[in-house]
Amino acid sequence: MTYQMSFGDLLPYWDVLARGLLYTIILTVVSTVTGLAVGTAGAWARSFGPKWAGYAVGAYVELIRNTPFIVQLFFVFFGLPAIGVKMTESEAAFLAMVINLGAYSTEIIRAGIQAVPKGHLEAAASLAMSRLETFRYVVLKQAFMKVYPALSSQIVIVMLGSAVVSQISAEDLTYAANFVQSRNFRAFEVYLVAALLYLLLAIAMRALLRGIGRALFPKA
Amino acid sequence: MSLVDIQDVRKSFGPLEVLKGVSIEIGRGDVAAIIGRSGSGKSTLLRCINGLEEFQSGAISVDGMMVGKTDLRTLRRHVGMVFQQFNLFPHLTAGENVMLAPTVVAKLQKGEARDRAAALLEKVGLAGKFDAYPSQLSGGQQQRVAIARALAMEPTVLLCDEITSALDPELVNEVLRVVEQLASEGMTLILVTHEMRFARDVGTKLIFMHQGRVHEEGAPKTLFAHPQTPELAQFVTGAH
Repeated sequence: MTYQMSFGDLLPYWDVLARGLLYTIILTVVSTVTGLAVGTAGAWARSFGPKWAGYAVGAYVELIRNTPFIVQLFFVFFGLPAIGVKMTESEAAFLAMVINLGAYSTEIIRAGIQAVPKGHLEAAASLAMSRLETFRYVVLKQAFMKVYPALSSQIVIVMLGSAVVSQISAEDLTYAANFVQSRNFRAFEVYLVAALLYLLLAIAMRALLRGIGRALFPKA
Repeated sequence: MSLVDIQDVRKSFGPLEVLKGVSIEIGRGDVAAIIGRSGSGKSTLLRCINGLEEFQSGAISVDGMMVGKTDLRTLRRHVGMVFQQFNLFPHLTAGENVMLAPTVVAKLQKGEARDRAAALLEKVGLAGKFDAYPSQLSGGQQQRVAIARALAMEPTVLLCDEITSALDPELVNEVLRVVEQLASEGMTLILVTHEMRFARDVGTKLIFMHQGRVHEEGAPKTLFAHPQTPELAQFVTGAH
Protein backbone atom coordinates (compact mmCIF):
# COMPACT_ATOMS: atom_id res chain seq x y z
CA MET A 1 0.00 0.00 0.00
CA THR A 2 1.10 3.54 -0.55
CA TYR A 3 0.59 6.48 1.74
CA GLN A 4 -0.40 9.78 0.20
CA MET A 5 1.33 12.64 1.95
CA SER A 6 -0.79 15.67 2.55
CA PHE A 7 0.74 18.48 4.52
CA GLY A 8 -2.13 20.60 3.27
CA ASP A 9 -4.35 18.86 5.80
CA LEU A 10 -2.41 20.64 8.54
CA LEU A 11 -3.19 24.10 7.27
CA PRO A 12 -6.59 24.47 8.95
CA TYR A 13 -4.80 23.78 12.25
CA TRP A 14 -1.87 26.15 11.89
CA ASP A 15 -3.15 28.37 14.69
CA VAL A 16 -3.38 25.37 17.04
CA LEU A 17 0.24 24.51 16.35
CA ALA A 18 1.31 28.15 16.66
CA ARG A 19 -0.41 28.47 20.02
CA GLY A 20 1.27 25.27 21.16
CA LEU A 21 4.65 26.54 20.04
CA LEU A 22 4.11 29.83 21.87
CA TYR A 23 3.07 27.94 24.99
CA THR A 24 6.25 25.86 24.86
CA ILE A 25 8.38 28.99 24.45
CA ILE A 26 6.74 30.84 27.34
CA LEU A 27 6.84 27.79 29.60
CA THR A 28 10.54 27.31 28.80
CA VAL A 29 11.52 30.94 29.37
CA VAL A 30 9.59 31.35 32.60
CA SER A 31 10.74 28.05 34.10
CA THR A 32 14.33 28.61 32.95
CA VAL A 33 14.57 31.97 34.71
CA THR A 34 12.94 30.64 37.87
CA GLY A 35 14.82 27.34 37.73
CA LEU A 36 18.18 29.10 37.48
CA ALA A 37 17.26 31.23 40.49
CA VAL A 38 16.50 28.02 42.41
CA GLY A 39 19.74 26.49 41.15
CA THR A 40 21.75 29.53 42.23
CA ALA A 41 20.24 29.43 45.70
CA GLY A 42 20.83 25.68 45.88
CA ALA A 43 24.44 26.02 44.76
CA TRP A 44 25.01 28.74 47.35
CA ALA A 45 23.53 26.55 50.08
CA ARG A 46 25.69 23.56 49.10
CA SER A 47 28.87 25.66 48.85
CA PHE A 48 28.57 28.32 51.52
CA GLY A 49 25.34 27.70 53.41
CA PRO A 50 24.81 26.08 56.80
CA LYS A 51 25.41 22.33 56.96
CA TRP A 52 21.75 21.38 57.32
CA ALA A 53 20.86 23.42 54.23
CA GLY A 54 23.63 21.71 52.28
CA TYR A 55 22.26 18.28 53.22
CA ALA A 56 18.69 19.30 52.41
CA VAL A 57 19.67 20.60 48.98
CA GLY A 58 21.80 17.49 48.42
CA ALA A 59 18.78 15.26 49.09
CA TYR A 60 16.63 17.38 46.74
CA VAL A 61 19.22 17.20 43.97
CA GLU A 62 19.63 13.43 44.25
CA LEU A 63 15.89 12.83 44.40
CA ILE A 64 15.18 14.84 41.27
CA ARG A 65 18.17 13.72 39.23
CA ASN A 66 17.46 10.05 39.88
CA THR A 67 13.75 9.92 39.09
CA PRO A 68 11.94 10.34 35.73
CA PHE A 69 10.62 13.78 34.91
CA ILE A 70 7.22 12.40 33.99
CA VAL A 71 6.85 10.83 37.43
CA GLN A 72 7.76 14.18 39.03
CA LEU A 73 5.17 15.87 36.86
CA PHE A 74 2.49 13.31 37.68
CA PHE A 75 3.28 13.59 41.37
CA VAL A 76 2.82 17.34 41.26
CA PHE A 77 -0.35 17.27 39.18
CA PHE A 78 -2.10 14.08 40.30
CA GLY A 79 -0.40 13.40 43.64
CA LEU A 80 -0.38 16.74 45.41
CA PRO A 81 -4.17 17.30 45.21
CA ALA A 82 -4.50 14.36 47.62
CA ILE A 83 -2.97 16.55 50.30
CA GLY A 84 -4.99 19.55 49.26
CA VAL A 85 -2.53 21.22 46.86
CA LYS A 86 -4.48 21.71 43.66
CA MET A 87 -3.27 23.56 40.60
CA THR A 88 -3.98 24.00 36.92
CA GLU A 89 -2.13 22.05 34.22
CA SER A 90 0.01 25.08 33.44
CA GLU A 91 0.90 25.70 37.07
CA ALA A 92 1.82 22.04 37.56
CA ALA A 93 3.90 22.02 34.36
CA PHE A 94 5.73 25.19 35.44
CA LEU A 95 6.35 23.93 38.97
CA ALA A 96 7.62 20.53 37.83
CA MET A 97 9.99 22.12 35.32
CA VAL A 98 11.34 24.58 37.89
CA ILE A 99 11.93 21.78 40.38
CA ASN A 100 13.66 19.73 37.69
CA LEU A 101 15.90 22.45 36.27
CA GLY A 102 16.56 23.73 39.79
CA ALA A 103 18.14 20.41 40.73
CA TYR A 104 20.26 20.03 37.60
CA SER A 105 21.40 23.65 37.59
CA THR A 106 22.26 23.47 41.30
CA GLU A 107 24.90 20.89 40.43
CA ILE A 108 26.13 22.73 37.34
CA ILE A 109 26.45 26.08 39.12
CA ARG A 110 28.05 24.40 42.12
CA ALA A 111 30.75 23.03 39.83
CA GLY A 112 31.37 26.58 38.61
CA ILE A 113 31.62 27.85 42.17
CA GLN A 114 34.15 25.16 43.03
CA ALA A 115 36.24 26.17 40.03
CA VAL A 116 36.69 29.71 41.41
CA PRO A 117 40.23 29.81 42.85
CA LYS A 118 40.39 29.95 46.64
CA GLY A 119 42.75 32.90 46.29
CA HIS A 120 39.91 35.03 44.91
CA LEU A 121 37.88 34.36 48.04
CA GLU A 122 40.87 35.33 50.16
CA ALA A 123 41.41 38.49 48.14
CA ALA A 124 37.77 39.44 48.62
CA ALA A 125 37.96 38.66 52.33
CA SER A 126 41.10 40.78 52.60
CA LEU A 127 39.15 43.66 51.07
CA ALA A 128 36.72 43.38 54.00
CA MET A 129 33.95 41.97 51.83
CA SER A 130 31.39 39.81 53.63
CA ARG A 131 30.68 36.25 52.51
CA LEU A 132 27.47 37.29 50.81
CA GLU A 133 29.15 40.24 49.04
CA THR A 134 31.93 37.92 47.93
CA PHE A 135 29.39 35.46 46.53
CA ARG A 136 27.40 38.18 44.83
CA TYR A 137 30.23 40.20 43.29
CA VAL A 138 33.19 37.82 42.97
CA VAL A 139 32.00 34.22 42.81
CA LEU A 140 28.68 34.19 41.00
CA LYS A 141 29.59 35.77 37.70
CA GLN A 142 32.83 33.80 37.48
CA ALA A 143 30.93 30.60 38.23
CA PHE A 144 28.33 31.30 35.56
CA MET A 145 31.08 32.20 33.12
CA LYS A 146 32.77 28.85 33.65
CA VAL A 147 29.68 26.68 33.33
CA TYR A 148 27.70 28.74 30.84
CA PRO A 149 28.01 26.18 27.99
CA ALA A 150 26.83 23.35 30.25
CA LEU A 151 24.01 25.50 31.54
CA SER A 152 22.94 26.41 28.00
CA SER A 153 22.75 22.72 27.06
CA GLN A 154 20.67 21.99 30.13
CA ILE A 155 18.24 24.77 29.23
CA VAL A 156 17.75 23.31 25.75
CA ILE A 157 17.27 19.85 27.29
CA VAL A 158 14.60 21.29 29.56
CA MET A 159 12.86 22.88 26.58
CA LEU A 160 12.80 19.55 24.70
CA GLY A 161 11.79 17.70 27.86
CA SER A 162 8.84 20.05 28.27
CA ALA A 163 7.03 17.96 25.64
CA VAL A 164 6.16 15.65 28.53
CA VAL A 165 3.77 18.23 30.01
CA SER A 166 1.32 17.36 27.22
CA GLN A 167 0.61 14.25 29.30
CA ILE A 168 -1.23 16.33 31.88
CA SER A 169 -3.00 18.26 29.09
CA ALA A 170 -0.88 21.37 29.38
CA GLU A 171 -1.39 22.83 25.93
CA ASP A 172 2.14 22.89 24.57
CA LEU A 173 3.40 22.09 21.08
CA THR A 174 3.22 18.31 21.60
CA TYR A 175 -0.29 18.60 22.97
CA ALA A 176 -1.21 20.61 19.89
CA ALA A 177 0.32 17.98 17.61
CA ASN A 178 -1.62 15.24 19.41
CA PHE A 179 -4.78 17.26 19.03
CA VAL A 180 -4.29 17.83 15.31
CA GLN A 181 -3.51 14.20 14.59
CA SER A 182 -6.59 13.10 16.52
CA ARG A 183 -8.67 15.25 14.19
CA ASN A 184 -7.15 14.60 10.76
CA PHE A 185 -5.23 11.36 11.42
CA ARG A 186 -2.19 12.84 9.67
CA ALA A 187 0.22 11.48 12.26
CA PHE A 188 3.24 11.34 9.94
CA GLU A 189 2.88 14.90 8.77
CA VAL A 190 1.97 16.53 12.03
CA TYR A 191 4.69 14.87 14.11
CA LEU A 192 7.25 15.62 11.43
CA VAL A 193 6.24 19.27 11.51
CA ALA A 194 6.27 19.27 15.32
CA ALA A 195 9.75 17.73 15.29
CA LEU A 196 10.97 20.40 12.86
CA LEU A 197 9.48 23.14 15.02
CA TYR A 198 11.28 21.74 18.08
CA LEU A 199 14.49 21.55 16.04
CA LEU A 200 14.16 25.15 14.89
CA LEU A 201 13.33 26.26 18.41
CA ALA A 202 16.38 24.47 19.78
CA ILE A 203 18.65 26.03 17.16
CA ALA A 204 17.18 29.48 17.82
CA MET A 205 17.60 29.02 21.56
CA ARG A 206 21.23 27.98 21.26
CA ALA A 207 21.93 31.04 19.10
CA LEU A 208 20.11 33.28 21.56
CA LEU A 209 21.99 31.77 24.51
CA ARG A 210 25.30 32.25 22.72
CA GLY A 211 24.40 35.90 22.14
CA ILE A 212 23.42 36.39 25.77
CA GLY A 213 26.69 34.74 26.80
CA ARG A 214 28.72 37.10 24.64
CA ALA A 215 26.89 40.10 26.07
CA LEU A 216 27.23 38.97 29.67
CA PHE A 217 30.80 37.74 29.52
CA PRO A 218 32.56 39.99 27.02
CA LYS A 219 35.97 38.42 27.49
CA ALA A 220 34.94 34.78 28.00
CA MET B 1 53.54 52.33 70.61
CA SER B 2 54.01 50.00 67.69
CA LEU B 3 51.39 49.88 64.95
CA VAL B 4 51.49 46.13 64.54
CA ASP B 5 52.24 44.24 67.72
CA ILE B 6 52.75 40.50 67.52
CA GLN B 7 53.21 38.77 70.87
CA ASP B 8 54.20 35.12 71.32
CA VAL B 9 51.98 33.85 68.51
CA ARG B 10 51.67 30.10 68.15
CA LYS B 11 49.95 28.38 65.29
CA SER B 12 49.60 24.73 64.33
CA PHE B 13 48.21 22.96 61.33
CA GLY B 14 47.08 19.75 63.02
CA PRO B 15 50.09 18.23 64.74
CA LEU B 16 52.50 20.49 62.85
CA GLU B 17 53.46 23.63 64.75
CA VAL B 18 54.45 26.26 62.19
CA LEU B 19 54.69 29.31 64.47
CA LYS B 20 56.40 28.56 67.76
CA GLY B 21 56.01 31.76 69.70
CA VAL B 22 56.65 34.69 67.38
CA SER B 23 56.95 38.25 68.72
CA ILE B 24 57.51 41.24 66.43
CA GLU B 25 56.81 44.92 66.79
CA ILE B 26 56.38 47.08 63.74
CA GLY B 27 56.12 50.84 63.98
CA ARG B 28 54.15 53.28 61.86
CA GLY B 29 56.00 53.89 58.61
CA ASP B 30 58.19 50.83 58.99
CA VAL B 31 59.01 48.68 56.02
CA ALA B 32 59.43 45.26 57.57
CA ALA B 33 60.88 42.56 55.37
CA ILE B 34 60.33 39.01 56.53
CA ILE B 35 62.75 36.56 54.98
CA GLY B 36 63.49 32.91 55.48
CA ARG B 37 63.37 29.51 53.89
CA SER B 38 60.06 28.14 52.63
CA GLY B 39 58.28 26.42 55.48
CA SER B 40 59.75 28.79 58.05
CA GLY B 41 56.28 30.24 58.73
CA LYS B 42 56.63 33.68 57.16
CA SER B 43 53.52 33.56 54.97
CA THR B 44 51.48 31.98 57.74
CA LEU B 45 52.52 34.78 60.09
CA LEU B 46 51.49 37.39 57.54
CA ARG B 47 48.12 35.71 57.04
CA CYS B 48 47.53 35.73 60.79
CA ILE B 49 47.75 39.51 60.82
CA ASN B 50 44.57 40.00 58.77
CA GLY B 51 42.79 36.93 60.05
CA LEU B 52 43.11 34.72 56.98
CA GLU B 53 44.63 32.18 59.37
CA GLU B 54 43.63 31.69 62.99
CA PHE B 55 46.28 31.20 65.62
CA GLN B 56 46.03 29.17 68.81
CA SER B 57 47.75 31.41 71.33
CA GLY B 58 49.45 34.75 71.69
CA ALA B 59 48.13 38.10 70.54
CA ILE B 60 48.29 40.35 67.49
CA SER B 61 47.10 43.92 67.53
CA VAL B 62 46.91 46.29 64.57
CA ASP B 63 46.49 49.97 65.41
CA GLY B 64 44.94 48.98 68.73
CA MET B 65 42.59 46.35 67.24
CA MET B 66 43.06 42.87 68.65
CA VAL B 67 43.03 40.22 65.94
CA GLY B 68 40.48 37.58 66.89
CA LYS B 69 38.52 39.97 69.10
CA THR B 70 37.85 42.78 66.67
CA ASP B 71 35.26 42.07 63.98
CA LEU B 72 37.22 40.70 61.01
CA ARG B 73 35.69 43.10 58.52
CA THR B 74 36.60 46.09 60.66
CA LEU B 75 40.14 44.81 60.99
CA ARG B 76 40.48 44.14 57.28
CA ARG B 77 39.34 47.62 56.34
CA HIS B 78 42.61 48.76 57.89
CA VAL B 79 44.86 45.96 56.67
CA GLY B 80 45.44 45.60 52.94
CA MET B 81 46.92 42.50 51.37
CA VAL B 82 48.63 41.71 48.08
CA PHE B 83 49.14 38.09 47.06
CA GLN B 84 51.74 36.13 45.17
CA GLN B 85 49.15 35.03 42.57
CA PHE B 86 47.63 38.55 42.14
CA ASN B 87 44.11 37.14 42.61
CA LEU B 88 42.51 39.79 40.44
CA PHE B 89 38.87 39.10 39.67
CA PRO B 90 38.96 37.99 36.01
CA HIS B 91 35.39 39.05 35.20
CA LEU B 92 36.09 42.67 36.13
CA THR B 93 38.30 45.21 34.41
CA ALA B 94 41.35 46.64 36.17
CA GLY B 95 39.34 49.71 37.14
CA GLU B 96 36.39 47.64 38.36
CA ASN B 97 38.72 45.48 40.42
CA VAL B 98 39.95 48.60 42.20
CA MET B 99 36.43 50.09 42.52
CA LEU B 100 34.72 46.98 43.89
CA ALA B 101 35.54 47.15 47.60
CA PRO B 102 35.17 50.93 47.88
CA THR B 103 31.65 50.75 46.40
CA VAL B 104 30.49 47.52 48.04
CA VAL B 105 32.23 47.76 51.43
CA ALA B 106 32.94 51.46 51.98
CA LYS B 107 29.69 52.49 50.20
CA LEU B 108 31.40 55.12 48.11
CA GLN B 109 29.43 56.66 45.26
CA LYS B 110 30.26 55.10 41.88
CA GLY B 111 31.75 58.33 40.55
CA GLU B 112 33.88 58.87 43.60
CA ALA B 113 35.11 55.27 43.52
CA ARG B 114 35.88 55.62 39.84
CA ASP B 115 37.96 58.76 40.46
CA ARG B 116 39.81 57.05 43.26
CA ALA B 117 40.47 53.96 41.12
CA ALA B 118 41.69 56.07 38.22
CA ALA B 119 44.03 58.00 40.52
CA LEU B 120 45.41 54.80 42.03
CA LEU B 121 45.95 53.16 38.67
CA GLU B 122 47.83 56.25 37.58
CA LYS B 123 49.89 56.04 40.75
CA VAL B 124 50.98 52.49 39.93
CA GLY B 125 51.74 53.52 36.35
CA LEU B 126 48.66 52.04 34.67
CA ALA B 127 46.70 55.16 33.78
CA GLY B 128 45.66 53.77 30.40
CA LYS B 129 44.57 50.34 31.62
CA PHE B 130 41.35 51.17 33.44
CA ASP B 131 39.20 49.16 31.03
CA ALA B 132 41.62 46.30 30.42
CA TYR B 133 40.71 42.86 31.75
CA PRO B 134 43.30 41.05 33.87
CA SER B 135 43.85 38.50 31.10
CA GLN B 136 44.99 41.33 28.85
CA LEU B 137 47.68 42.47 31.28
CA SER B 138 51.17 41.16 31.99
CA GLY B 139 51.95 39.67 35.37
CA GLY B 140 53.68 42.83 36.51
CA GLN B 141 50.75 44.95 35.43
CA GLN B 142 48.30 42.62 37.15
CA GLN B 143 50.26 42.81 40.37
CA ARG B 144 50.30 46.61 40.21
CA VAL B 145 46.51 46.57 39.77
CA ALA B 146 46.34 44.31 42.83
CA ILE B 147 48.37 46.86 44.78
CA ALA B 148 46.05 49.65 43.64
CA ARG B 149 43.08 47.52 44.64
CA ALA B 150 44.46 47.04 48.15
CA LEU B 151 45.27 50.75 48.46
CA ALA B 152 41.73 51.72 47.43
CA MET B 153 40.53 50.84 50.92
CA GLU B 154 43.11 53.25 52.35
CA PRO B 155 44.70 50.69 54.66
CA THR B 156 46.81 51.58 57.66
CA VAL B 157 49.20 48.77 56.85
CA LEU B 158 49.82 46.79 53.68
CA LEU B 159 50.78 43.13 53.74
CA CYS B 160 52.69 41.81 50.73
CA ASP B 161 52.97 38.04 50.45
CA GLU B 162 55.83 37.23 48.05
CA ILE B 163 54.34 39.60 45.52
CA THR B 164 57.15 39.25 43.00
CA SER B 165 57.67 35.49 43.26
CA ALA B 166 55.28 34.60 40.45
CA LEU B 167 56.69 37.19 38.06
CA ASP B 168 59.13 36.86 35.21
CA PRO B 169 62.46 38.38 36.26
CA GLU B 170 62.16 41.37 33.94
CA LEU B 171 58.80 42.31 35.48
CA VAL B 172 59.94 42.23 39.11
CA ASN B 173 61.36 45.73 39.15
CA GLU B 174 58.26 47.55 37.97
CA VAL B 175 56.40 46.11 40.96
CA LEU B 176 59.21 46.79 43.40
CA ARG B 177 59.39 50.41 42.25
CA VAL B 178 55.73 50.86 43.20
CA VAL B 179 56.38 49.33 46.62
CA GLU B 180 59.40 51.54 47.08
CA GLN B 181 57.33 54.59 46.25
CA LEU B 182 54.75 53.58 48.85
CA ALA B 183 57.51 53.15 51.40
CA SER B 184 58.85 56.61 50.65
CA GLU B 185 55.37 58.05 51.19
CA GLY B 186 55.36 56.60 54.70
CA MET B 187 53.07 53.60 54.16
CA THR B 188 53.60 50.88 56.73
CA LEU B 189 54.56 47.74 54.86
CA ILE B 190 55.12 44.16 55.91
CA LEU B 191 56.65 42.14 53.12
CA VAL B 192 57.38 38.47 52.90
CA THR B 193 60.00 38.48 50.21
CA HIS B 194 62.86 36.73 48.51
CA GLU B 195 64.20 39.99 47.06
CA MET B 196 67.23 40.38 49.32
CA ARG B 197 68.54 43.50 47.66
CA PHE B 198 65.17 45.18 48.02
CA ALA B 199 64.89 44.13 51.66
CA ARG B 200 68.30 45.63 52.33
CA ASP B 201 67.85 48.86 50.39
CA VAL B 202 64.23 49.72 51.15
CA GLY B 203 63.52 47.85 54.38
CA THR B 204 63.73 49.58 57.74
CA LYS B 205 63.49 46.32 59.61
CA LEU B 206 64.59 42.83 58.70
CA ILE B 207 63.09 39.73 60.26
CA PHE B 208 64.70 36.39 59.58
CA MET B 209 62.43 33.49 60.36
CA HIS B 210 63.71 29.99 60.88
CA GLN B 211 61.74 26.90 61.92
CA GLY B 212 58.72 28.87 63.12
CA ARG B 213 60.64 31.42 65.18
CA VAL B 214 62.16 34.85 64.69
CA HIS B 215 65.76 33.79 64.48
CA GLU B 216 67.25 37.24 64.02
CA GLU B 217 65.93 40.73 63.56
CA GLY B 218 67.33 44.21 63.25
CA ALA B 219 68.36 46.88 60.78
CA PRO B 220 68.63 45.28 57.32
CA LYS B 221 72.03 46.69 56.37
CA THR B 222 73.60 45.61 59.65
CA LEU B 223 72.04 42.19 59.53
CA PHE B 224 73.04 41.50 55.94
CA ALA B 225 76.61 42.69 56.58
CA HIS B 226 77.01 40.96 59.92
CA PRO B 227 74.63 38.07 60.43
CA GLN B 228 74.83 36.87 64.02
CA THR B 229 73.70 33.31 63.45
CA PRO B 230 75.11 30.70 61.07
CA GLU B 231 71.58 30.09 59.71
CA LEU B 232 71.15 33.68 58.53
CA ALA B 233 74.72 33.77 57.23
CA GLN B 234 74.06 30.65 55.22
CA PHE B 235 70.65 31.93 54.02
CA VAL B 236 72.08 35.27 52.90
CA THR B 237 74.97 33.77 50.98
CA GLY B 238 72.75 31.06 49.53
CA ALA B 239 70.21 33.57 48.34
CA HIS B 240 72.64 35.84 46.56
